[in-house]
Parts: sequence; structure tokens; C-alpha cells
Amino acid sequence: MNAPHASEKQTPVEFVEDVEIAGHIIDSLILPKVLDQITAAGGTFRVKKIAIGQARSDPSFALVEVTATSSQRLEEILAQISDHGAVPTAQQDCRLVAADMDGAFPEGFYSSTNQRTEVRIAGRWVEVSNQEMDCGVAVDTAASEARCVPMSDVTAGALFVVGHGGVRVLPHQRSSEREGFEFMSSGVSTEKPKGVAIRQIANELFKNRREGGRSLLVGGPAIVHTGSDEHLCRLVRGGYVDLLFAGNALATHDIEQALFGTSLGVHLERGDITEAGHEHHLRAINRIRRAGGIRRAVADGVLTSGIMYECVQHDVDFLLAGSIRDDGPLPEVVTDALEAQRQMREKIAGVSFCLMIATTLHSIAVGNLLPAWVKVVCVDINPSTVIKLSDRGSFQTVGLVTDVEPFLRSLALELDALECGQ
Amino acid sequence: MMPSPPPRNRPSTVYEPNRGEPQILMCPPDFYGIEYEINPWMSRHKQADHGLAVLQWNSLRSTLHDAGAQTLLLKPVEGLPDLVFTANAAMIYRNHAVLSRFRHAERQGEEAYNEAWLKSAGFTIHQIVEGVYFEGAGDALFCGDTLFAGYRIRSDVHGHQQIGAMFACRVIPLELVDPYYYHLDTCFCPLAPGVAIYFPGAFDEYGRRALKEAVDELIEVDADEARRFACNAVVVGRTVVTNTGCPKLHDALGKRGFTCRETPLDEFVKAGGSAKCLTLRLDGEEAAGWKHTS
Repeated sequence: MNAPHASEKQTPVEFVEDVEIAGHIIDSLILPKVLDQITAAGGTFRVKKIAIGQARSDPSFALVEVTATSSQRLEEILAQISDHGAVPTAQQDCRLVAADMDGAFPEGFYSSTNQRTEVRIAGRWVEVSNQEMDCGVAVDTAASEARCVPMSDVTAGALFVVGHGGVRVLPHQRSSEREGFEFMSSGVSTEKPKGVAIRQIANELFKNRREGGRSLLVGGPAIVHTGSDEHLCRLVRGGYVDLLFAGNALATHDIEQALFGTSLGVHLERGDITEAGHEHHLRAINRIRRAGGIRRAVADGVLTSGIMYECVQHDVDFLLAGSIRDDGPLPEVVTDALEAQRQMREKIAGVSFCLMIATTLHSIAVGNLLPAWVKVVCVDINPSTVIKLSDRGSFQTVGLVTDVEPFLRSLALELDALECGQ
Repeated sequence: MMPSPPPRNRPSTVYEPNRGEPQILMCPPDFYGIEYEINPWMSRHKQADHGLAVLQWNSLRSTLHDAGAQTLLLKPVEGLPDLVFTANAAMIYRNHAVLSRFRHAERQGEEAYNEAWLKSAGFTIHQIVEGVYFEGAGDALFCGDTLFAGYRIRSDVHGHQQIGAMFACRVIPLELVDPYYYHLDTCFCPLAPGVAIYFPGAFDEYGRRALKEAVDELIEVDADEARRFACNAVVVGRTVVTNTGCPKLHDALGKRGFTCRETPLDEFVKAGGSAKCLTLRLDGEEAAGWKHTS
């Protein structure tokens, strides 16, 4: 049973237990019966999750949180509803069903969260590896191992957890994380002092580098359009970026800027539109394609500055994921979305800090892949991107609604200050 | 001269799944008696008349033969008086038998004999997970493609979920609320896919509503006839065999095109069983949807 907890409003102490009810619980009215019994016995309930079977023969699963005001009352309720098949999730092994086809889970599969999760195999709790939201959990019973597997990677015959029995989610303890990331507990706002937040982000990045953590930068082309590329280059040179995820656009405009001094045809030094400048990004892509790729262009001296150049020079691994509107694209761009996802999953192993700057699509894609305990900072001029990221169910995500250029400039300055004080 | 056809309903201990005739497992009542009390019907002070019980059992058997069924016999065992109630040996699904795990120690001795017979008959044997009780066809009856499963008094609801997963079928668990109707087959009997008889008083409101939703034609049995074990009927083709004293049900079923037969079974009612309890249909009940598909 979970320890009693009191909410912040000082409501009475409550005793809580999650139970799972599985089977044809809708047709048989077992679910309403259990819920009625909880209420009749003086408890309250909250249906946390419900998965209704699609075909007539498919079972349904409901995860119900039962709450009572005393431990004894809770025990009585649990004993009563257990006779109807409602079992505390912690008191059973996880249930496994073999995938009957490639590329799809068995019906009723357990859908993962990004929180640290354990499954019970033969009476023993085993941590799920590759934790990621919206996946299934594959179990190797012989090796007593469990890992998150995305739908597209399901192979027929693999055993997957169905229902919630024998699964426990261990939410990140907020209190233990107070020190570094305390400011994040406040929500997204455009009207907050940015200075303090940026200083703390700099501290986190600095600490992360010092402690041998791995940092990931997810960036959009606005970094280049706003003239912030040099700030980012400083971060790369300083060893604050270990991995870069972006699309064709960031790399293209970065290279356009390096080769022609423009971004989308706008001269970044002077701010005016260069004649025939709109062709620059195509000419930039063309030149890199002729060179055989970004890395080759750097090696052959075709590309001699910019973010991509610094990444190559400083051995920063990068992944460029394509989209349907891409020009070119650059040879390194992975155009198969599933393949891009697969490579991202591989590369994020060990990432402990993630900075997402000015990209909705890539930020959300990466946000979906990262486990909840990775600290994420999302910076965007558009509040909706920041809110979407914050809504991914982790208070480890902090959002800043601000223009990219002042953010990166301040961040670079703060990092310089930390370097000096070292 | 033409060879004479094999005698119909010849006694046999060999199960032939493709014989085409309804095949029913029975156990002669050689050692039947009221030796313990594990349901409200049983009283050691109201002992069964052994001679009469043998007559009634034989009469049921010949009624089933007349209806076109073949009977196979499980060898009776001294000290296991309820082995006569073969419905509780297992639940049958095609060539699979899910063995019973009895709640009461008094009947647990039957399990090994049931397993040995079903194994020798060629069934693939399945066990319900350890620690969960399940009492075979007494609590698990197919009507169409749905398995209706009684729980609370003898079988546990958890076992039914396991069976549902095993055979990928819809399972509707029904709580039994009256100790006199401790097995589902004492208060509910599927007659054909979508048609069943039931005694409403044995279920709670949830169960009654679930049954009404899931069975197209649900025929009520009244309390008096339910007490005569009207719902504990054996169905062979369109023939329905019950204990005596169920005229209203016979009338209702007659109007629906069923042929009803009664045979006295009072000596078995003393132990809480009747026609259905004394039989285990091996080739699938008439109402089981899977029986009509490959």
C-alpha cells in the first residue's frame, strides 16, 4: 500500500492503492459493479486509465485508483472488490502476450509513460530500459529484462506486457531535485524575468559538462535567421553541446550564411535583402551535395565556418531529420521518418540535459523520446511550443518564452562568466 | 448379407471426437452418497437412497441414449461420492480440457481421476493458475461465442479471465448470490446459440442486466421450478432433459420447438445436483458457437 499522503491544501490524510480490472468488464458490468462497491463502502475512486477491447473477444483493462480515509477501510474495500477481479497492480506479475504480427502490439498492450517504470517478472521487480512514452514494454523472461519498444519495431512472437498488473511507475521525486531546477516549478510565462532563469540554465549546462553528462541541442533555423549562430558556435566550441538534432533548414541556412553571408537571402550583417539572395539557400545545398556532404565539405575546405562546421570540427555528433517541405535536402538528412526516429533513439542514450531552441516539430519529437528524468529547457518565441513541451508530463521541462538571440547571447555570456570564475 | 451396422449407443470407454454423435461422460453412482456437506442442499441426515439413485442414474442415461447421445463412463472411486457429477471434471473447448481445481478439500481428490480420463481420451489438458479455484462446466458455459462464467461461491473470477485469454473468447463473469445456486449450471442453461434459460434470483442486478444484454432470447424459470433444478438441464440436439417437476419450463420450451423429457433425479438433488451435473458433454454443448465452426 502506498504511504498516506496529504495534499498541499491540508486535506485529511488519504490511503491510496491502484487496482487493475481486466477482462470483459464492460459487457459483464463488472467495472460499474466494482466502482459502485468502492463508493458504497465509503471509498472514492479515480479511473486513471481505461483501454476498451475493440473486437468482441478482446479484453478491456481499467486502472483504478482507490482512496479511503483509513488504512483499515482501504483494506476492506480492496478485499471486497478483489472477489470481482480487481487486483492491486503491485501484487501480481505482469501479464505477457506474444505479438501476433510485426508492427503492432497485442490488443490491450500496456502503453508506457516517460517515467521510470518497473515490471514484475516471476515475483521480482525489473526496471524497464529505454524508457520512452507511448511505447509497449517487451519482456525477455529468460533474461528477466524489459524494455520500451515503439510500435513500428514490434516483431511477431515478442512478449509484450498487457494491462497494468505487475507494472509500477515510479514518478520522479520533486523534492530531491529542488536545488538546480527549482525555477521550473513555475509554469510557462512571457512575463517573467529571464535573467535568473538563463543563469540557472547556464549553471546546469556548466555542471553537466563538468560531471561528464551528455547534452543535446535541438535547434530550428531561427537560430540562424536571428543571427544567433555565433552564440551557438561558442557553446559548441566550449564543449557544451555533445549532440545536435535539427532539420534540413537549420543546417541549410547555417551553411548559406557561411557561404554567402545571408540567411534566406537576408544579409545578416546589414539586414537588407541581397539580390537573387532567395537562391542562396539552394546554391548552398547544391554546393554541399556536390561536395558529397557536410563532413566532406569541411574536410575539403568548402565549408569553413558556422554551426555545422564547428560541430564537425569538434566531433559533435548530429542528426538531421527531413520533412516533406525540404529543399535538396542536404546529403546527411535522414528522409525516412521512422529511420530518423530510430537513430534519435540510439543517439539519446546517456543524454542528461537537453536544450530545445526555436523548433516545434523537432522539440516535440525529441520530447516524446526522452525519459522524464532528463532535464529539458525549451526556448521559443511561440508560447504554444513551450506549453506543448511542458505538457509532456514532466516537471523536468522548463519553458522560456523569449526571442532566441537574446537568450543565446545571455547564455553564452553566463557561461563565459562561469568559465572565468572556475 | 449386408454387415449389420454398429449398435447405437453401445457402451464405450473410448472417446471418438469425430463420431458425429453427441458424446457425454458420466460416472456410475456406485459410491454415491451424502458423506459431507459443502452446499445448502446437502445434509448427512437426509441420506440418499442408494438403490433409488442407481435407478435414477440409469434412467437418465437411457433418456440421453433415446435422445441420440452416446455415453462414456468414468470409473467410480470409493471415497469420492461426488465423482458422479462429471460436469465438474473440466471445461471443454474443442479438444482442450481446462481441469477443475475444487474449492472444497472434499472434492479435490477427484482432480487426478478427471485428468487421467481426459488425457487418455486425447484432450489437451490445461490447468488454471495456482491458488485459483475453478469448477469446470459447472461454472463455465458457452452460449454462442461467449463463455458465461459463474463466480464467487465455487469458482474465482480470476480463473475465468485466464480462460478468456487462452481461447480468445469473450467471457462474461456472473456473480452467484444465492448459495442454493452455487454453480452457474444450477441457474443458467444455454439451449442453443443466443437462447438460454435462467433463474433471475440467483444473480444480482448487474448479472441480470449483463445476461439480458448478451443473450438474445433469455427464458425465465420461476423459483419453484428452479428449486427442482429446472436450469440443470441436459441439451441433446433439440431435446432438453430435466428432473421432474418442471412443467412450466417444459411448456415454454415446447412452444419454442424443443422436445422436453423429464426423469426423476431427487436422490441427486439431495447432494445439490441434477441432470446437467451428472454429465459432461465432450464434443461441445449444443449452444457453443465454436461447435459449429472449424
